[in-house]
Amino acid sequence: MPNLKLLSNDDIESIHVASLEVLEKTGITVNNSQATQILANVGCKVESNIVTIPSSVIDEFLGKAPESFKLYTRDGLESHIVGGDNVIFNPGSSAIYITDSDSGEIRKAVTRDMVNLVQLVDNLDHIHAQSTAVVPTDVPGDISEWYRLYLILKNSTKPIVTGAFSKDGLLTMKRILEIVSGGSENLAKEPKAIFDCCPTSPLIWGDVSTQNLIDCATAGIPAEIVSAPQMGATSTVTIAGTLVQSNVEFLTGAVISQIINPGTPIIYGGCPAAFDMRTTSIRLGAVEAMMVASATAELGKNYGIPTHAYLGLSDSKTLDAQSGFEATLSVTIAALSRINVVSGAGMLTAVNCQSLEKLVFDNEICGTALRLIEGIRVDSTTLASDLIMKVGAGGHYLAEKHTRENLRKERLIPTDILSRESSDSWKKSGAKETRVRAKEIVDTKLRNHVTSPLDEQIDGQLEDYLKDIVAKKGHSFTF
Amino acid sequence: MGNEDIIKEMNEAVNNFDDELCKELAGKSIELGMDPIMVLEDGFAGALREIGESFGKGEIFITELIAAAQAVEAGAEVLNIEITRLGASRETIGKVLIGTVEGDIHNIGKNIVSTMLNAAGFEIIDLGVDVPTHVFVDKVKEHKPNLLGLSSLLTTTMGKQKEIIDALKENGLRDSLKIIVGGAPVSDEWAREIGADGYAFDASSAVKISLELMGRK
Repeated sequence: MPNLKLLSNDDIESIHVASLEVLEKTGITVNNSQATQILANVGCKVESNIVTIPSSVIDEFLGKAPESFKLYTRDGLESHIVGGDNVIFNPGSSAIYITDSDSGEIRKAVTRDMVNLVQLVDNLDHIHAQSTAVVPTDVPGDISEWYRLYLILKNSTKPIVTGAFSKDGLLTMKRILEIVSGGSENLAKEPKAIFDCCPTSPLIWGDVSTQNLIDCATAGIPAEIVSAPQMGATSTVTIAGTLVQSNVEFLTGAVISQIINPGTPIIYGGCPAAFDMRTTSIRLGAVEAMMVASATAELGKNYGIPTHAYLGLSDSKTLDAQSGFEATLSVTIAALSRINVVSGAGMLTAVNCQSLEKLVFDNEICGTALRLIEGIRVDSTTLASDLIMKVGAGGHYLAEKHTRENLRKERLIPTDILSRESSDSWKKSGAKETRVRAKEIVDTKLRNHVTSPLDEQIDGQLEDYLKDIVAKKGHSFTF
Repeated sequence: MGNEDIIKEMNEAVNNFDDELCKELAGKSIELGMDPIMVLEDGFAGALREIGESFGKGEIFITELIAAAQAVEAGAEVLNIEITRLGASRETIGKVLIGTVEGDIHNIGKNIVSTMLNAAGFEIIDLGVDVPTHVFVDKVKEHKPNLLGLSSLLTTTMGKQKEIIDALKENGLRDSLKIIVGGAPVSDEWAREIGADGYAFDASSAVKISLELMGRK
């Protein structure tokens, strides 16, 4: 099985030891009183929100987190095991902008874009999970966080990677999932969504993120702890130092969640970027950022915890050679590193702009990377020496049953996003370049999409619940 | 089993690429005294045409098209013996002389086209690969084909297609037949440039163009 490893065992140990040193000596800021209280209760020192955590506490609680957990579809079918060598792709999340499919213009995303994106992802074979990928700007700001989740549940059955922007928001989203699951117990037993909980680099767990983490742990909802260091600005310019700092942030979150509810699923995530010293923007397409993501997964695997990273995104503004290059390199690294949850497909402009056309292209990249890590099957069937001797010199394999029987097992069948026809056929069919092909696939898939409807009774309950919230917030918004 | 059932089973056997079953069903149809020419058309050739169309639309793979053609060949072999025994003859759409040009030993594309044309009702004379220009000329004189298929897989040998057409002109044979060119480097433009009548970019388009040139479609 092909596998990428950037760190030696000694390297991993050095990073772990350095993390413990920072936790014990300097500590980390936790701006949430419930969290500081429970940390103090287990023997951490708390001084004006700065928590120092002894290594004994890390040792005691880190081991309680499960090595893997199951993720379920909206309708309660087992969908994926998060952990081990599994790799699950989902779109990059919470973009404010979208590339307009017709004009190519970068504009603010609206509800229709979110629905189109969800329906498209429902039809992409290698994008396994949905995400709350854009923030619809045509709905009131204080409902958009959960409204995105509602739109996913209305339009797709795939499991979800999401997150909240506020304390209330998470509770509403939890309630939405409980209604769809038939109660809080069912939701804990059969999680349908993973929630991102993000510390603020360097070394801060903010109030909202910490509360989200606590509420996820309490409910048994899988929480993805995602540090987003900007290397050179909010973390060291060195990769190893960035890994130490992110690890400190992760370990703190892990301990909080496992004190609250030992055994509640968590994921060791990361959204590393390189701070570009010339443009002062962040680069997710920097190879060093990808190396941090890969190494982060090695640390997670060493701790026996499922892993995540933001990879597959591009700093480019449009579907072009740069976006193809950055997405291909990072998705390939993600797959070879066996990162369990990989968020980023469709994303342009670092993390700001979703593109349906890029999603279609990234789907092909994800499929390719998954094929790569399947590796090479070597057995009597695939060696086929009998067949080689039968066909002999000058023969061919096109007519052989072996070819037909093994074609789909051995070969990733590409989608029409990739040009494979002769230049003559290409010219005849309009000489379409990648973006045109991508748009045609988007249009076809959306036109042919059939929504698997949400159970009528559940849908009714959801609407009643959400209408009530909208009314309480004083909006006249209808959906 | 009724006659209609046998035809239906033959169609299915072709779709399942089952050459053994095609053979068996062909034998059964003869035992039942069914008209072998009708069986060949309705049981086998029609089903293969549909598969060829699916391939043309990008719905199936070339390996499946070839497998279906081979299943049809297996059944047709049995039926052809019966057709000859009865002294009947299957009406052929036309006689096709086909070969890969000199300097080129690629035969897969040519063989697929031959199989497909045969299944579509053409009589095929296959000259093989690496066929010198003068042999093409001699064989045209000898067999008087309606169609000539010239295959070339290499950019270095495609010039031979022009040489053959020119040689046929010199020998006053060009207007006695239609010429189709094919092969990876060949294009519509090239076909026009060298004075061929058609260009086939894959096996199913070869059948379509051949039928058109014979005034069948």
